[in-house]
Amino acid sequence: MSTDTIVRLPDQATARIPKVNFLSKENGLLSWLLTSDHKRIATLYLISITFFFAIGGTLAGLIRLELLTPQSDLMAADTYNKVFSMHGIIMVFLFLVPSVPATLGNFLIPIMIGAKDLALPKVNLLSWYLYMIAGVMVLYSMITGGVDTGWTFTVPLSTHYVNTNVITTGLAIFVAGFSSVFTGLNFIVTIHKMRAPGMTWFRLPLFVWSNYAASILMVLGTPVLAITLVLVVLERGFGIGVFDPSKGGDPILFQHLFWFYSHPAVYIMILPGMGVISEVVSTFARKRVFGYTAVAFSSVAIAVFAFFVWEHHMFIMGVSNYSTLVFSLLTMLVAVPSAIKIFNWSFTLYKGSITFETPMLYSFGFMGLFTIGGLTGVFLASTGTDIHLTETYFIVAHFHFVMVGGMLMAFLSGIHFWWPKWTGRMYPEKISQLAALITFIGFNFTFFPQFLLGTLGMPRRYAAYPAEFQVLNVFSTAGASILGIGYLLPILYLTWSLKYGEIAGDNPWQATGLEWQIQSPPLTENFTEIPVVDHDAYDYEWLEKKEKEVSSVG
Amino acid sequence: MSDSTVTVQGAHTAHEHPPYQRHHFASMEQQVDTTSFAMWLFLLTEIMFFGGLFCSYLIFRNWYYPAFVEASHQLNIFWGTLNTGVLITSSFTMAMGVWCAEMRKKSALVLCLVLTFVLGLVFLGIKYIEYSEKWEKHHVPGFHYSLQSFTNPASDAEVHKEYPDDKPLGVDMARHTELYFSLYFAMTGMHALHMIIGISLLGYLIFRAQQGAYTTGHVTFVHNFGLYWHFVDIIWIFLFPLLYLISRHS
Repeated sequence: MSTDTIVRLPDQATARIPKVNFLSKENGLLSWLLTSDHKRIATLYLISITFFFAIGGTLAGLIRLELLTPQSDLMAADTYNKVFSMHGIIMVFLFLVPSVPATLGNFLIPIMIGAKDLALPKVNLLSWYLYMIAGVMVLYSMITGGVDTGWTFTVPLSTHYVNTNVITTGLAIFVAGFSSVFTGLNFIVTIHKMRAPGMTWFRLPLFVWSNYAASILMVLGTPVLAITLVLVVLERGFGIGVFDPSKGGDPILFQHLFWFYSHPAVYIMILPGMGVISEVVSTFARKRVFGYTAVAFSSVAIAVFAFFVWEHHMFIMGVSNYSTLVFSLLTMLVAVPSAIKIFNWSFTLYKGSITFETPMLYSFGFMGLFTIGGLTGVFLASTGTDIHLTETYFIVAHFHFVMVGGMLMAFLSGIHFWWPKWTGRMYPEKISQLAALITFIGFNFTFFPQFLLGTLGMPRRYAAYPAEFQVLNVFSTAGASILGIGYLLPILYLTWSLKYGEIAGDNPWQATGLEWQIQSPPLTENFTEIPVVDHDAYDYEWLEKKEKEVSSVG
Repeated sequence: MSDSTVTVQGAHTAHEHPPYQRHHFASMEQQVDTTSFAMWLFLLTEIMFFGGLFCSYLIFRNWYYPAFVEASHQLNIFWGTLNTGVLITSSFTMAMGVWCAEMRKKSALVLCLVLTFVLGLVFLGIKYIEYSEKWEKHHVPGFHYSLQSFTNPASDAEVHKEYPDDKPLGVDMARHTELYFSLYFAMTGMHALHMIIGISLLGYLIFRAQQGAYTTGHVTFVHNFGLYWHFVDIIWIFLFPLLYLISRHS
């Protein structure tokens, strides 16, 4: 039955990394900055995203430090406002939205469908530059005074009352939006038009399906955010009055337009993560994902439902009871496709030959934490409880469970899972398992107390709070320091493994995806010959047969 | 893969392809399909982009109907109609340009592109005239906006002659006219920005067309730019009646 690790076939543990690969093909800074190879662009994204994650994480640390005591003693209230706003802006727009699609998606989608590159390689590079421009603009606005509107830029606060860099940051997010649109567009076009012969829609790995669904959201949602921010900038800069009640405008309209993107954005963040989990669970249970079609369609269903739930962010804003009722119901419906995924992963694990490598540990973390995050979402979808819980720490805990407990776990799972393919080297297994454990414990320590705080009524977005909340806040801050170690470790040992890691070989997990059938790290154009696909995704019998053929020839 | 070094060298000579075929496509047909699909998808994002503005306009128009009707009477239908004509003509010259590229008629293609370029500039020129009219009448929101044309329509002799039934609006309703002009400037401004981008691209297209880049049988770029240009025209085809025309009867 189950063993500790997957036994490597002797001929796969080749002694050296192939001399010709996408990393070594060309050298010099320019060969990276002008590259159109999707794997190099993914690498650029990985580095820059990690950089912004580090900044956002540091800001999170400052927030938790401030909340260690009931008084606002580490920083003044307005500084605190800027710190949590920048934390939100950086984490949402510069980390969570692009994280899995821009790094793993970019790296894997062409390989997984048997293509030499994304359909529009130059547009792909442009996306990265737009992302970097946006990042630099955000950093610039942070250094020159920051923004204190929260990541939601709520009007009329952002247009009339605050005296901070709303225009620069708004334009930065506008630019980041284009980066996201182009990435999504590129993925959709690639998946439609670049699949290898035999790679039918229902042979696509589920990672591709979930990125496809997320891309639909990027393409349809992001432009609406873009126009909303343009209107905010115009309103602030030129005094037009679309959202300004004193000119007959309507701040509620801003909420409608903003959440029309920003609720789907949550699924842009989580769907690609779910794709990672499907791959990892199937590989380490050595089974085809149970209900493949249901999992594939549930991604699309989430993408569709995502556009009909935005108003649940506005239950307390004086919108009509009928719309509240309808949106409450629609919001709960999103739980159905999400639950389909969780159930199907559980069924996949049932009677599987499960092994517990690091990616699998992170995936288990994802399933547990995302389930808690999802179930607490039902509290917020129900108008009655929402009115009690909204704008409290319950919300903060809920979306951190979904996005950090979900997306970040999935991101780390995916990074570990495909690290051998990406770099040709293994990460150190034992310490990685430890890091996964630390992250899980630290996460629960940090965010579970916040559910209690929210239920007790501690409001979010304040630097000071009544002394009765201190005990739980101390727990939360202590957890955050554990979590910090959990995030620092992978950065350290993955960097270490670039030089000292064990050579991985082509297919260390003995997985079935096309990406595992080529060398690690791959060639610049992935395949020497475009493969012809003659088997379904996760077909382990096909893999065994193939291995027998190889060994009999050898 | 043990045999990878062998096939790396052989991979390139395996098939011949035209110089304008990008390396990662298997065939020219796939490349054309892919890029035009990408263009259509991009235009879909543009629809969503303008969609936010159209939604806002429709909702506010419904709420503040009298203000929007009288504010729209301030628009100059002559210039608007002329501009619609200019834009439709430019669509025609652009379509002719695509046809010329397909037929490999280089000088005709350059002529069509230049005409489109000039018509685009004319459109922006007329837009400038309209915008400065608004500025003179204190109808630019935010700066020095004046409600006078709406609280006392008779003070604006020209418009009053054309729409004698316009009644003075109460201040409460009249101040919503600023919202109309906010949307007017946001929507036409966004449209104008798309025109400016289009005209800049046209400059590049003319330059490349003169070098014969698009009359080799490979017309994807001209074709996709044509789609963009028609899209921008279509946006105007919706803006014109919404902003200028639908309140004429009252």
